[in-house]
Amino acid sequence: MRLINRYPDRPSRLLLVILPFALVLFAYFMGSAERLTENPNDKLLPSAGQMIDAVKRLAVTADARSGDYLLWQDTASSLRRLAIGLGISALAGLCLGIAAGTLPLFGAPLSPLLTVVSMVPPLAILPILFIVFGLGELSKVMLIVIGITPCLARDLEQRAREIPSELLIKAQTLGASTWTLMLRVVLPQLLPRLLISLRLMLGSAWLFLIAAEAIASTDGLGYRIFLVRRYLAMDVILPYVVWITLLAWLMDWGLKRLTLRAFPWYEGARA
Amino acid sequence: MSFITVNNVWQQYDDQVVLERLNLNVAEGEFCTLVGASGCGKSTFLRLLLGQERASRGQILLDGEPLAGEPDASRGVVFQRYSVFPHLTVLDNVALGLELPRSPLLGRLFGSAKRQARDEAAQLLDKVGLGHALDKYPAQLSGGMQQRLAIAQALIMKPRVLLLDEPFGALDPGIRKDMHALLLALWRETQLTVFMVTHDLSEGFSLGTRLLVFDKVRVDPHAPGAYGARITYDIPLNSDRRTARAAVDALPAELAGTLRIA
Repeated sequence: MRLINRYPDRPSRLLLVILPFALVLFAYFMGSAERLTENPNDKLLPSAGQMIDAVKRLAVTADARSGDYLLWQDTASSLRRLAIGLGISALAGLCLGIAAGTLPLFGAPLSPLLTVVSMVPPLAILPILFIVFGLGELSKVMLIVIGITPCLARDLEQRAREIPSELLIKAQTLGASTWTLMLRVVLPQLLPRLLISLRLMLGSAWLFLIAAEAIASTDGLGYRIFLVRRYLAMDVILPYVVWITLLAWLMDWGLKRLTLRAFPWYEGARA
Repeated sequence: MSFITVNNVWQQYDDQVVLERLNLNVAEGEFCTLVGASGCGKSTFLRLLLGQERASRGQILLDGEPLAGEPDASRGVVFQRYSVFPHLTVLDNVALGLELPRSPLLGRLFGSAKRQARDEAAQLLDKVGLGHALDKYPAQLSGGMQQRLAIAQALIMKPRVLLLDEPFGALDPGIRKDMHALLLALWRETQLTVFMVTHDLSEGFSLGTRLLVFDKVRVDPHAPGAYGARITYDIPLNSDRRTARAAVDALPAELAGTLRIA
């Protein structure tokens, strides 16, 4: 039988899902054990026990100096920045995308501008953000906003253009003005697409967040990783990376569930 | 008295003439079917009537007034595809037509006004045979049911003109027959003037009270775009229906009303 016609059944599918993860973990702990037997003070590949100790130190014991539980404080700060950044981007991207995609008079100046602005590497203007907005929360949130808004807006503009013109004409024959047409026909059809775009942009949003935190911050997941890097504390860095990955994955999964539940009519939600 | 008057209308894109020297008078309540070869301008003519495009020359009068240059609530339309909103349920697809004109700020009604709009929409949907599917989304409906929905959606606005662009082109023959019966019943019941583009000649003959054939009279083989199509045949049809319609119109208003409801 040709390979293309062979499908895994349920148990073997589960096995195939787990297999690569298990292999990666196995390879890591083999390597870690080998290095640690050679040199018990090796810091590069810490053992599971060392990492659990580090997580305990950061998550369930209060910091001796500040009295905070560092892991949770870092997580809260990072998630707050991310949520504000994503929220502002979603709103701005939606407004710009709808305006550029449905109103030709707005699209003519907006669309080339968005194309050019989306090509500016956000990290290259990070120094400008720090100069203009200071080293506080604002510059970190702005980096996320500037980094992903143009891409969101361009995607939504494209989706707005893909709405069949028949639907827009039909709405006009039903008595819609430009405003109510956008409100009741274009906007609801773009909302599920916005959630999907956000899912795709989550990776970039995390990238910008951690870059901003690494350079100028006093807390946050990215700040902590770059702080302990000086002590080669892989026992902290690795659990933090796993934690960030888990958070990102949960956000992606949550957005996917939300798309399915809130927009049952949207076929693309199943992707 | 002519309801729609087409005065020497030309339509051309760059140097491609699509329609030329179109003259037409249509009385209120006529059912015009538009037939002709592909690309001969039937759909272009329909878009002119809809206000989606403006004629390059000449003018179209609706009830003596020049036609509005953009689509509005006076002319309903049903396309072959993409006529209904995928994000609204069947009921809301029709109720939307009642909500949009009454709520210029939000395009949405609330409370008793919303209930009333939905009741009205449900009544009409019952009439087109969709009473059992009010809560479904269009993607869950068959092609025929989607077109029933599109027709109901257009009729809730009580337009004076209904424009149909090959509305049944994608349907099975059996379903198409049901749709013909539905369309004729609705046409008899309302004062509608219908323009319907079709590729199916027999459909054109059996439904219309007037058949308009579009064709190019002159063809220059060296410049295919030089001449446009005209109406080459204008055939009155189904005179029984036409006279029945005229007789009902001649009756006193209250009596005619009861007849229509019956």
